[in-house]
Amino acid sequence: MNAYLLLSNGMVLQGESIGCTGTTVGEVVFATGMVGFQETLTDPSYYGQIITQTYPLIGNYGMNSQDYESPKIWAKGYIVREACKTPSNFRCEKTLDAFLKENNTIGIEGVDTRRLTRIIREKGVMNGAITTEFDPQGESERKTALLAEINAYAVVNAVKAVSCTEMRTYNPGGKYHVALMDYGCKANIVRCLEKRGCRVTVMPGTATPEEVMAIHPDGLMLSNGPGDPAENTQIIANIAKMLDTGIPTFGICLGHQLTALAAGAKTCKLKYGHRGGNQPVTHESGARTYITSQNHGYAVMGETLPESVGHVSYVNANDKTCEGMDYTRWNCKTVQFHPEASGGPKDCEFLFDEFISRIAAAKGVTPDA
Amino acid sequence: MPKDPSIKKVLVIGSGPIIIGQAAEFDYSGTQACRALKAEGIETVLLNSNPATIMTDPNVADHVYIEPMKVSVVERIIEKEKPDAILPNLGGQMGLNISMELARNGFLDKSGVRLLACKPDTIDRAEDRQLFKDTMEKLHQPIIPSKVVEDLDSAMEFAREIGYPVIVRPAFTMGGTGGGICETPQKLHEIATNGLRLSPIHQILVEKCISGWKEIEYEVMRDHKGNVITVCNMENLDPVGIHTGDSVVVAPSQTLSDHEYQMLRTAALDIISELGIEGGCNCQFALKPDSFDYAVIEVNPRVSRSSALASKATGYPIAKVATKIAIGYTLDEITNDVTGETCACFEPALDYVVVKYPKWPFDKFVYADKSLGTQMMATGEIMAIGNSFEAAMMKAVSSIELGMDTLTLADFEKLSTPEIIEHLHVQDSERVFCVYEALKRGVDHKIIHKITKIDHWFLDKMQHLADLETGLANGELTKEKYLEAKKYGFQDKTICRLAKVPTVPVQNCRAGFKMVDTCAAEFAARTPYFYSTHDGDNEAADFIAERSDPNKKKILVFGSGPIRIGQGIEFDYCSVHAVWTLKENGCEAVLVNNNPETVSTDFDTGDRLYFDPLTPESVDDIIATEKPDGCVVQFGGQTAIKLARHMEEIGLPILGTPADAIDEAEDRERFDELLERCGIPRAEGRTVYTLTEALKAAEEVGYPVLMRPSYVLGGQNMIVAYSSADVTEYMGVITAHVDMSHPVLMDKYIYGTECEVDAICDGTDFLIPGIMEQVERTGVHSGDSICCYPPQHLSKKVIDTLVDYTGRFARELHVVGLVNVQYAVQNEKVYVIEVNPRSSRTVPYISKVTGVPMVDLAVRCTLGEKLADMGYGTGLFPNADYVAVKVPVFSFEKLHGVDTMLGPEMKSTGEVLGIDRSFHGALLKGMIGAGYEYKKPGPGSCCIISVKDSDKHEVTDIAWKLHDYGYKLYGTAGTCAWLNSQMIPCSLVRQVSGARPNMVDLLESGLVDYIISTSAKGRDPSRDSVKFRRKATELSIPCITAIDTARVLVDTLRSGHDLDTLELVDISTLHRKR
Repeated sequence: MNAYLLLSNGMVLQGESIGCTGTTVGEVVFATGMVGFQETLTDPSYYGQIITQTYPLIGNYGMNSQDYESPKIWAKGYIVREACKTPSNFRCEKTLDAFLKENNTIGIEGVDTRRLTRIIREKGVMNGAITTEFDPQGESERKTALLAEINAYAVVNAVKAVSCTEMRTYNPGGKYHVALMDYGCKANIVRCLEKRGCRVTVMPGTATPEEVMAIHPDGLMLSNGPGDPAENTQIIANIAKMLDTGIPTFGICLGHQLTALAAGAKTCKLKYGHRGGNQPVTHESGARTYITSQNHGYAVMGETLPESVGHVSYVNANDKTCEGMDYTRWNCKTVQFHPEASGGPKDCEFLFDEFISRIAAAKGVTPDA
Repeated sequence: MPKDPSIKKVLVIGSGPIIIGQAAEFDYSGTQACRALKAEGIETVLLNSNPATIMTDPNVADHVYIEPMKVSVVERIIEKEKPDAILPNLGGQMGLNISMELARNGFLDKSGVRLLACKPDTIDRAEDRQLFKDTMEKLHQPIIPSKVVEDLDSAMEFAREIGYPVIVRPAFTMGGTGGGICETPQKLHEIATNGLRLSPIHQILVEKCISGWKEIEYEVMRDHKGNVITVCNMENLDPVGIHTGDSVVVAPSQTLSDHEYQMLRTAALDIISELGIEGGCNCQFALKPDSFDYAVIEVNPRVSRSSALASKATGYPIAKVATKIAIGYTLDEITNDVTGETCACFEPALDYVVVKYPKWPFDKFVYADKSLGTQMMATGEIMAIGNSFEAAMMKAVSSIELGMDTLTLADFEKLSTPEIIEHLHVQDSERVFCVYEALKRGVDHKIIHKITKIDHWFLDKMQHLADLETGLANGELTKEKYLEAKKYGFQDKTICRLAKVPTVPVQNCRAGFKMVDTCAAEFAARTPYFYSTHDGDNEAADFIAERSDPNKKKILVFGSGPIRIGQGIEFDYCSVHAVWTLKENGCEAVLVNNNPETVSTDFDTGDRLYFDPLTPESVDDIIATEKPDGCVVQFGGQTAIKLARHMEEIGLPILGTPADAIDEAEDRERFDELLERCGIPRAEGRTVYTLTEALKAAEEVGYPVLMRPSYVLGGQNMIVAYSSADVTEYMGVITAHVDMSHPVLMDKYIYGTECEVDAICDGTDFLIPGIMEQVERTGVHSGDSICCYPPQHLSKKVIDTLVDYTGRFARELHVVGLVNVQYAVQNEKVYVIEVNPRSSRTVPYISKVTGVPMVDLAVRCTLGEKLADMGYGTGLFPNADYVAVKVPVFSFEKLHGVDTMLGPEMKSTGEVLGIDRSFHGALLKGMIGAGYEYKKPGPGSCCIISVKDSDKHEVTDIAWKLHDYGYKLYGTAGTCAWLNSQMIPCSLVRQVSGARPNMVDLLESGLVDYIISTSAKGRDPSRDSVKFRRKATELSIPCITAIDTARVLVDTLRSGHDLDTLELVDISTLHRKR
């Protein structure tokens, strides 16, 4: 079946339908990872977005039940050049197409994804729609209507949409108790903490400081998540309050942005974001540059952070945007990139160790080697 | 930290001659290194014995030594040039081994020279089997159960312990030389004995065989700050068990999930960090297909063949970045050249699929064992880029020049399905085609997988191609079917052939081009590096519109494709020089090539690079986008020449010599007419179709006769027949292998001195930079002969005739550019053997020793300049002050079953040069450079002589000189009797098949220093003489197969020259004008 990608600038790319049929509207972004499509598809940070994979052969190794980053697909649509129909891997349980169908996700294959990526790179992220219901090249009325819908689209209330509603505890016997604020949390953040002996209590993103402190956490983990960070005014205020208690805190991605906003800095939207597993970030000392996994469309404007509060700790080696903050006012460090990886390189997992040692120090115990 | 200011002068060590396992990739990396150093204002000194390379050009390095790659030579160069440091990790195993030796023997410390990029300790931990094992254990990196042993008994005992099959890997040998899989104790006995001998430290690793696991490679880089990146990962289509150099390789990996990809990536980064490598490194892993179990197979602590491939596959200039790291920069300080903005400390993202396909020499060596294993056999490789695996694979098969345009191999079509299934067990160079045939027959993938262990993903993709091919052959060729086939890489001519239609449904369905930009289009790139797709998008057209200068002439330059015997790196040298000269002369040079190992496919060599097959259709696509003003075909060897006819048909002007001249030189009748017009004699000849005709013709012209099929050049399938038996055998072989609609050419064989002349012509005048005389008389292919410039034994009259004849050819063929003529001189009379109106193998060599930039002048001629205005004069250029001797290098150790006997069919893979003021000095340097050891006879040392009857008279003097020099002589029955009759002491040795003790025992005694064996009847590997020479090769005993070679060797031995006292020549000082 034919499927069409209509972009907000009116451009139409024709392909074939994968996953479900129908029409879906979202923000079209591209991700450059050559592996990790399963992790990408189930990453809640893609809420409201239509993902384009720049690597042309997607689904080669199929889907397995161990590599999900959340139980479902949050993205609004999926664009690939070629979806593999005969995947091969010892863990493969189903095809990409079957998984999209299970998740009621509309996808399109056979698109020149490099061309699409170049368009997004030049024009910036833009809204778009995938439809299997009509040919926008032929039906101008329906096209106009869909374009209106596309142009009106905005990702709003994203955190609320993806966050859990009830508290849940993992590894109850863990040595350190970490409250993990779920703003759209990837499962591997939980795994990384569990692996380091933490008892992890995942809290709804909207939980109040009182609710969080009531569980007596040793550390606070602010997760990744989707959407415009600035829209989360209540959460930002909550974060400021929690950090004022002096609790050791670690923030990733949206957690990093929200903390910066809580500290008085500003965020901005990037032209086309960073989505992939090959982004270099340099530590402020210049001593090391790390290859990181990233997925963000907004960034903290590093220079807007008041000096008295903290300073930029990591910078993107390509476009020099802010990739991390060390706070002096609070016992808090945050990074824009994803040390939990999945997918992408695991070179910065040491940041979790660093977090654990701050918790241990605060608790007055020696961390396990 | 930026560049280290204390480094002002650096010695770069190249990789020496091209041999199997060490090909053009190190010219690419070495050249990139020298240019990177130059760009930093660092003075460079280069050592490489291989004259065909670009790195040995005086405009690449400041001081160039084409000298034997020996520790003593490097020490003397260091004493003379006083460099601050050595860059050892860009010249392959050769460069690395020499540097390590210098570090170990204390010379570097003593002379205050720093070793950049690596420490001996690092190299040992990567290459010494035991230290490697310890290092991996320390890192908790799994390795395969294995044991380092230094004697046969321990090897046998360990194998009993871990069970068969086991793999043997000798320490410190390149390309896995001497290793292999052993299924039985007998096989282990054989391979282990050989491996112990080949390892310079007499050490082998015996390990558990894990064939069938996936073979995955990572190319990683690290700087001194500890920043680490992976440039690329690659997956071998063939699982563990076949050397990665002989495997079809894809990049990036296809069947690994993020979990497996990151697991191995992290392992690779941990390894390079632990080893403390500063620069590039290659890590090979075996991954169990049904679990996360993996094992580290090998770590190469240097730039390698795989890194050249990774560079071209991603656009990331590994060698250049490695060089910058070596002189103090860190990855974050280096800019990504491709985008011009982003940082080199990142990991390339690919948005296409790359397929590497090996080029094997088996089309040349009919009798060679084609089976593949842990020892590399390929001489070269091609790379193909597509946006699907299918499209890349289709480009790959049309790039390897086997005359195929799909994966269908005619031989397999003839077999029954059970035979095909049976043949799947054969692990040889044709297995991919056998798998494809099985897929076409509908054989269950499970059966194919069970036998071959090739991952189902690859089988499914190849099934898709098989289905497309079958689909084209059945039913009507609809537009949809056609476009689908085009998308997956089928060419129009293939589609027409399969669908049996005269024309395709869509006319001018031209490919567009996408850019290789390291970043999957995330950033705007400025690299002019493209590959074709049928997506409709055309980034090359956009690029041309934006950046191409409309006032410049656009010229296409065709490269020479994969490195193979007969067409080596020298043609890449010529192509690159053609590009440089075109650019210097105000043209835009657009390169087309498919060889990832070469300088020509570096993205900054040409104004634009198209990494695509060199087939007419592929080139048509490029022409449609580029709309060039003309093209150049004479510099890319036979691969480019083959495109000349097509260029003429489509009306694209060929710069220089017209295409018809090629036909005139190749077509026998037309060539005869040409000779007549020129008034030049040639040997009497006949054209024959049948054995009867052949025997009759041979009688008429008289034995010996030279026989060859009419359509092949380069000495392929050529022999000298001395008797009717030879003629009968040859006609039998040739009718079995060649389509007999082409006749066999038979010429009176002129036994004389062979000479070669390269000339540059402008249409009126010509310039001969130098004449070359070959040591071996006619009968040995010129590429396999020792060749000397200037000639040592030619009279003034002969030289004048050579110059005169060459001029006549140039004028009659309307040569504008280069022409190469081969002559035979017998009794002061000059005969023509062949004329090639194109660049030749000897162009780089002669350019370097005479200082005449031949390709540069030739290109300027094609652009309309006149030789008279170029400052080098016309006619014969005055002789240089030095004698330069080119010595061929063979890879016989790798090619099992190939007779080492030299003949009219070329067998060498590479060459070295020796330069000195005297002939014998130059010859000594050349012979040592080519790997001959100059030994002095010790107690019990001996030589073996076994020559054919026609050589007996000439061998007498040689044998006497050897005896006089102090060697005991052994001879086979006939030779021994002859020498004794000439009063030369010689003992009889029984042939290989004779009763023990025989030849084998003598060879294994370790007392044999040299062998002279010229007896040759046929090439059948079961013959005694062939077995004898094979045995000698396996034992690395120098075995001379031509009487002329033997004579010069013996004369050199006795000349009293010593490598350590011969002058070292910096050829950059040789350049001068008349």
